Amino acid sequence: MSNPFNPPTIAGAAEAGSPEAAVLEPARRWRRLRQRFLRRRMAIIGLAFVLLFLLLALMGPLVAGDPSEQHFDAVLQGPSFAHPMGTDDLGRDVFARIAGGARVSLLAGVCSTALAMLVGVPVGLVAGFYRGWVDPIIMRLNDVMLAFPFLIFAVGLAAILGASLRNVIIALAVAQFPAVLRIARGEALMLREQDFLAGAIADGTRDAAIIARYVLPNSLNALIVQATVAIPAAIIGEATLSFLGLGVQPPTPSWGVMLTHAQPYLAQAPLLALFPGLAIALVTLGFNLLGDGLRDVLDPRSGR
Amino acid sequence: MGQFILRRSLASLIVLFLASIMVFLGIRALPGDPALVLAGESPDAATIAAIREQFGLDAPLPVQYANYVAQTFQGNLGISTKDRIPVADILVERLPVTLELTSLAILVGLAIGVSAGIASAVRRGRSTDYVATGLGLFGLSVPHFWLGLIAILVFAVKLRVLPASGFVGLGEDPVENVRRMVLPALVLGTGLSAVIMRQTRSALLGQLSADYVRTARSKGLSRSREIRHGLRNSLTTVVTVLGLQLGALISGAVVTEQIFVIPGFGKLTVDAVLSRNYPVIQGAVLVTVTGYVVVNLLVDITYAYLNPRLRLSGASE
Amino acid sequence: MSLLEVEHLRVEFATEDGAVIAVKDVSFTLEAGEILALVGESGCGKSVTAMSIPRLLSGDDLTLGGSVRLNGVDLAALSERQMQEIRGKEISVVFQEPMTSLNPAYTVGHQIGEVLRRHEGLSRRQATARAIDLLELVGIPDPRRRVQSFPHQLSGGMRQRVMIAIAVACQPKVLLADEPTTALDVTVQAGVLDVIQNLRDSLGTAVILITHDLGVVADVADRVVVMYSGRRVEQAPVQAIFSRPQHPYTVGLLGALPARAVTQGGRRRLTEIPGMVPPPTSDPDECQFHSRCPRATSACTLERPPLGEVADGHLVACYHPGPGGHSAR
Repeated sequence: MSNPFNPPTIAGAAEAGSPEAAVLEPARRWRRLRQRFLRRRMAIIGLAFVLLFLLLALMGPLVAGDPSEQHFDAVLQGPSFAHPMGTDDLGRDVFARIAGGARVSLLAGVCSTALAMLVGVPVGLVAGFYRGWVDPIIMRLNDVMLAFPFLIFAVGLAAILGASLRNVIIALAVAQFPAVLRIARGEALMLREQDFLAGAIADGTRDAAIIARYVLPNSLNALIVQATVAIPAAIIGEATLSFLGLGVQPPTPSWGVMLTHAQPYLAQAPLLALFPGLAIALVTLGFNLLGDGLRDVLDPRSGR
Repeated sequence: MGQFILRRSLASLIVLFLASIMVFLGIRALPGDPALVLAGESPDAATIAAIREQFGLDAPLPVQYANYVAQTFQGNLGISTKDRIPVADILVERLPVTLELTSLAILVGLAIGVSAGIASAVRRGRSTDYVATGLGLFGLSVPHFWLGLIAILVFAVKLRVLPASGFVGLGEDPVENVRRMVLPALVLGTGLSAVIMRQTRSALLGQLSADYVRTARSKGLSRSREIRHGLRNSLTTVVTVLGLQLGALISGAVVTEQIFVIPGFGKLTVDAVLSRNYPVIQGAVLVTVTGYVVVNLLVDITYAYLNPRLRLSGASE
Repeated sequence: MSLLEVEHLRVEFATEDGAVIAVKDVSFTLEAGEILALVGESGCGKSVTAMSIPRLLSGDDLTLGGSVRLNGVDLAALSERQMQEIRGKEISVVFQEPMTSLNPAYTVGHQIGEVLRRHEGLSRRQATARAIDLLELVGIPDPRRRVQSFPHQLSGGMRQRVMIAIAVACQPKVLLADEPTTALDVTVQAGVLDVIQNLRDSLGTAVILITHDLGVVADVADRVVVMYSGRRVEQAPVQAIFSRPQHPYTVGLLGALPARAVTQGGRRRLTEIPGMVPPPTSDPDECQFHSRCPRATSACTLERPPLGEVADGHLVACYHPGPGGHSAR
């Protein structure tokens, strides 16, 4: 007690931190989390941005039209009724390309994160759960992967595999892998020490079952929070690689590629550079706000 | 402390060793004859033979690797397939440019990030805090290359106060060099400052509610003295963040150099990939990784130095 | 006029779950050279009471009521800058956690010297010299070497002595010691208490000692204030508290009540996790102890018992006072 900078502790506050409190029945727990989340206005705004872009990605061609259709009679035009964001140097509708770019962008962000999780989570949980000789080897490999700055690694991979959306996703997944591994391992290390796990271990439950039934579900919060950090980073990663010409190849619409094309026309048509950048900024901002809110709600101990 | 440095250096060496294997294997993972790959487009038989000879490409992989390491230590990183210049010479020429850019960006990032972080932590919940955290979040969400384009648009195209691109060596014309580095350094430093700001803020907030700050307050120290107490313990976080952001900084430098047409390491690497200039890619990646590992080691040592608990471990008691 | 006069102190925190009234209408006085013990369970408001004296509680969510006067000067009326002149010089504090109350980044010499440089305008060199003297005063061996030590190089007891050295560096009139021995080994506790007592004897410092350990109270205190749920329930000279306790809660603390109540109300410390479960947000007009009290009658829930004098200097807030164990029902 007695840190006067915090509200005082009152006798009876004891139950709050007890194990029982942490294991509320699922329905109540969910309702509580939802309430706490809904109180955070910024997180709601973030969620709205994310949903907006998701909708754009799913419905894009229906609403905005064909991103590859060229109108040579309408090159580098400003916004109009026919083209709400104008047209690019080849007379393509910028809004349609933004929508198409949303699809590529979210695909790269979500798929690479999912891929990293799919591999990283089991490996991390096993390393943390068993420790022993597995753990140091995995962590050393992890260090080696961390020795490659992300873009240098992606550039190297593009050099070996060639530039394509698939390879961008692979590069982004590999880049995320160490962080996922670290978090999964940390969670497993911590959970191992918990009483309820010790009980399960003593019961003779199979290790695989313990990991699947107890360790994984209890690590989910931290992993979800990690995903909301990783997806926007991967989205920026995709845009960066595509911007450099090492990612998605034209004519597939990608925000990064659009910016590359916009650079020579900065003086003539500055809006051409504005819209894709704004799209990247808004979708990443959305994920970041959502992530901040989710972290406050799901994983308070990680702090900020 | 000495023991710590030794242990940490050894770990870095192992990482470097493994990383060099990855770089080495990368070229071998390409389809086709590595000699052809390293020789570039339309080589003559003599060049291929020379390369095969130099890197011992007929030998088994471990021997090849040993040979590769030996050549590397002699400063022989191969010949650029584009212009037939030794890769090492190209790297030596390009490295200072990137170092200048990243150093300036770190200065910008620290200056803005640390001061904004302190301001928003100290004025938590006030308008200063909201503005700083808002800008910080925005800075995190905006990619470098867009910021670069906007900066060019505003300062070069519209206002015409700074050049849009190009590079002049520091040795040739220092004033012009700085003039041309201002925008790139600002663009690269902004993203960094956002991260530093957020971390400084949260570290300082954590420290300001620590018991020892309450002690400082109970001694009658002024608010600024209290903050200095907390800041001293937040420095380690700033150093750590800087270390963690190094990768992002290198990645950002690659992009920034591309936008502003600065002939540094990043532009070299990307151009090399686009023109399939494998010896240059290999050399540039190896040097970047080495630099990265070494700087990370330095960051760890600095961190230990700032933390008396680590610094003095083993020294007394 | 007493050295320190606390009158109708009220401390309220706004929390997410509503207002928490941590201290309700607490009054007491402190004379020079006196050791006053504030006793009660964790969360009874004794620390908050003490910390509000040098205005160490802060935040937008805090409401303070009542008055605190030092030598007749109302501390609430002072500016923050004037208050800084008082803290560390007139009123200083020894905190509960010696492990975290010292800054890990500075040497103990620096941290002791800081308060001297602040209040007595000493140079860095003079401050270090005084710091060495102070370390010797609080019983730290080899002070010349220790002055260069960082907190993590010292044991808990040593650190608490350093805290005391900081607190007494400017010879304050009032020393607030918040559970100064709770975090320490039993073997070290006596030494730290000796230091505090010696300082009182040699410098005439008045001490407010916050503790839940009645053994400590018996050893060093002159007078005792027993607090329960933010309120003063009993106040008496130390002999009277031990020989003729009046409030059933005090009796419970002393271990005279049946075993069940002792484990609830006695020595066992409740786990302390701040701000989790809704703390008492209401202040009903009743005796807050009645639900745990063996003597409780319907009167106790009708109206809050007023604080009345049962003997000279012995106050108690109870409808059924007396040293007895069970009965009176």
